[in-house]
Amino acid sequence: MQPRGDTLNATIRKALESHGNGAVTVLSSLLTLEDALGYIPPEAIEEVAHLTHTTVNDVWGVASFYPNFRFEPPCEHVVEVCWGPTCHLMGAPAVMKEVLATLGLNTEGDTPDKRVTLKFNTCLGACAQGPVMSLDHHLVGRLTPQEAGKRLSGVVGMKGNRSLQ
Amino acid sequence: MILWRGREWLFGAPTFFSRMTQAYESLKQQATARQQALAGKPRVRIGTALCGQAAGGLEVADAFREAARARSLDATVSQVGCLGLCYAEPLVDLQWPGGPRVFYGNVSPEEASGLVEAHLVRGQPVWERALAVSGDGATVSGDVLTLEALEMMKGQVRIALRNAGHIDPADVHEYIATGGYAGLDRALSGMTPQQVQEMVGASGLRGRGGAAFPTGTKWRFLMGSPGPVKYILCNCEEGDPGAFNDKGILESDPHTLVEGMILAGYTTGASNGVIFIRHGHEGPVERAKAAVRDAYGLGLLGKNILGSSFTFNAEVSLVGESYVAGEETALMEAIEGKRSMPRFRPPFPAAYGVWGKPSNINNVKTLAYVPEIVAKGPTVFSGVGTERSKGTAILCLTGAIRRPGMMEVPMGMTLHQALEGLAGGAPGGKKIKLLQTGGPLGGVLGGDQLDVPLDFDAMARAGAILGSGGIIVADETTCAVDLTRVLMTFCQFESCGKCFPCRTGMTHMMEVLERICRFQGESIDLPLLERVGASMAAGSLCGHGQLGFNPVRSALRFFGDEFKAHIESKRCPAGVCNGEYLTPQRARR
Ligand SMILES: Cc1cc2nc3c(=O)[nH]c(=O)nc-3n(C[C@H](O)[C@H](O)[C@H](O)COP(=O)(O)O)c2cc1C
Ligand code: FES
Repeated sequence: MQPRGDTLNATIRKALESHGNGAVTVLSSLLTLEDALGYIPPEAIEEVAHLTHTTVNDVWGVASFYPNFRFEPPCEHVVEVCWGPTCHLMGAPAVMKEVLATLGLNTEGDTPDKRVTLKFNTCLGACAQGPVMSLDHHLVGRLTPQEAGKRLSGVVGMKGNRSLQ
Repeated sequence: MILWRGREWLFGAPTFFSRMTQAYESLKQQATARQQALAGKPRVRIGTALCGQAAGGLEVADAFREAARARSLDATVSQVGCLGLCYAEPLVDLQWPGGPRVFYGNVSPEEASGLVEAHLVRGQPVWERALAVSGDGATVSGDVLTLEALEMMKGQVRIALRNAGHIDPADVHEYIATGGYAGLDRALSGMTPQQVQEMVGASGLRGRGGAAFPTGTKWRFLMGSPGPVKYILCNCEEGDPGAFNDKGILESDPHTLVEGMILAGYTTGASNGVIFIRHGHEGPVERAKAAVRDAYGLGLLGKNILGSSFTFNAEVSLVGESYVAGEETALMEAIEGKRSMPRFRPPFPAAYGVWGKPSNINNVKTLAYVPEIVAKGPTVFSGVGTERSKGTAILCLTGAIRRPGMMEVPMGMTLHQALEGLAGGAPGGKKIKLLQTGGPLGGVLGGDQLDVPLDFDAMARAGAILGSGGIIVADETTCAVDLTRVLMTFCQFESCGKCFPCRTGMTHMMEVLERICRFQGESIDLPLLERVGASMAAGSLCGHGQLGFNPVRSALRFFGDEFKAHIESKRCPAGVCNGEYLTPQRARR
């Protein structure tokens, strides 16, 4: 269950307070919140503006620039498929096609049942094992479309919060 | 002390005979004692860098821990980084106390129990499964080669990667025991910043981040800037798809970077260091944070480093997904927490950098060389390589290649030697058709260009750049036009949007390439691409727009006929383009 209202504000504040020991900036605050909550709620934008002595406008400017931020509560699982040039050559298009079909999606986004978020990634950093995808931040390489489908159907048919892998 | 074959230890190095700081001497003793204690126990090393993880390395590590636990075996299980043999991941190396290290490739979790039982309990390596062997007492059994004799290792000269895959990246003592922080100690105990600068200059080190600018000269710019607050920024954004050597160094040997950064700070009089990494790559981020924390813990960072009067602080800064954030001025904007959009230059970073303070930006690989250069003298580096490109090239080979992975080879080696020799050429008897080098902004080289040497200038003359060392290999099954379209889709998506020639030019080029791939191209399309490319080069603030036409220009140069076939004969000679493609399209808002 996602926190709401007062609990959400408390969570936001707590996350911001615990935030690393480097410089505190708009971006570092947003990344901290993304890690803690999985998304950036509107309340968080205001809180960050307050904390960093900037405006809501400034914070939105940064949050909307980087594609890793999302503004709605996250789905249970995140699937990222790499479409970088190495993975492309090694068969990412076929993997992508299979993933889209398995999830019933046309492009990146959330499944209607909010179970899975599909994201495209420009490089997951494991190019030597292309094609690569990541299931809840767990990398899986040397994929075939069949293997990708098999890994995913576990997720789609899955009950509760069992982790992928 | 064990002397591993093929790897240089510090014996005979100048530091050993010069004066050592007391603080370093005690660190060294502590580390050696710990290393000896470790050597008395069975050791398991498992590659779990990103490449190892994608091959299932984490599950294998769990299986080995479980197998040792089930036998109540007191073994040290270390998650090491990347040895570079990514084709053999998950790669496990087992060592019986006092025995050689035996490497097992492509290990599955199911094999863990048997390998532990045979090799670590009974002391009998499973030679049929072994890939290579290394170390003293490496009496070669059957036809198992030594590590250095493996095709992929032959001819490598490992300076920056000297520890990669060998030491536990989470253990600073292991780094110190293998000669780590000796360079820093040498500088602090008897060299002036000027002397260190001269040494780095004399080594001929040129930046490994793309532009190949001489590092000694760059440092001198910052030396001349007023203090006291100055910054050393270490660029590990590494957005180039196909390159993972910066992340690889952070995951395998983060302290070599931290030491290089402190040395850069000492030389230039900087007070602060920032390691800049993309959020989301958890391995490299965690390793870097832990390395900084451990260095503070041992007095290698912070006030009065190693008892000297030098003070230097460091932190890790994360950025969201953005390729342009790797550009030096955009990087400074991102550290300040803003959109990663490039700044106008001048003023240059050495005068006005992050937070308005004088700054120096170096790539991870550049800094990772520095500790060895300072510890052993400039010739360890300048003795390798070519006239104008000294040292080694750290390559990431991916795509249609038999042995994908990471290697460090002397500059001057030909692409042919690296790709056909070390990496084994294209699999399945196919021919290498093209190479994509230096990241998406680099260029495409034809498969007939393999006699070009790895050398910044020779590569540039051939029409590509060496850049950060990523080389993507494609065989005959790849369509050059389709690949160019993917590269341009990447460039379009990653344009930060600040300069309109780049923002709209990339989109325009991408659309033209898409219609060529759909066989709807027209004869005006090629000149049109040239025109758009020229405006981008002239009218963009940073390299993203200035170099954005490179992939198209170089592809046209080597594969012009293929473009023409798509446009004029409406066919794809490689049989790839079928009028549909699933490459995602997004644009920054
Ligand atoms: C669009 C763009 C992206 C870049 N990305 C990186 C990068 O990911 N890593 C890097 O080290 N340098 C990158 N650079 C080059 C840096 O601007 C800079 O030249 C380099 O970090 C300097 O380090 P060096 O002197 O050690 O090579 C990029 C440049 C441009 C124009
Ligand atoms: S290109 Fe797919 S992981 Fe790098």
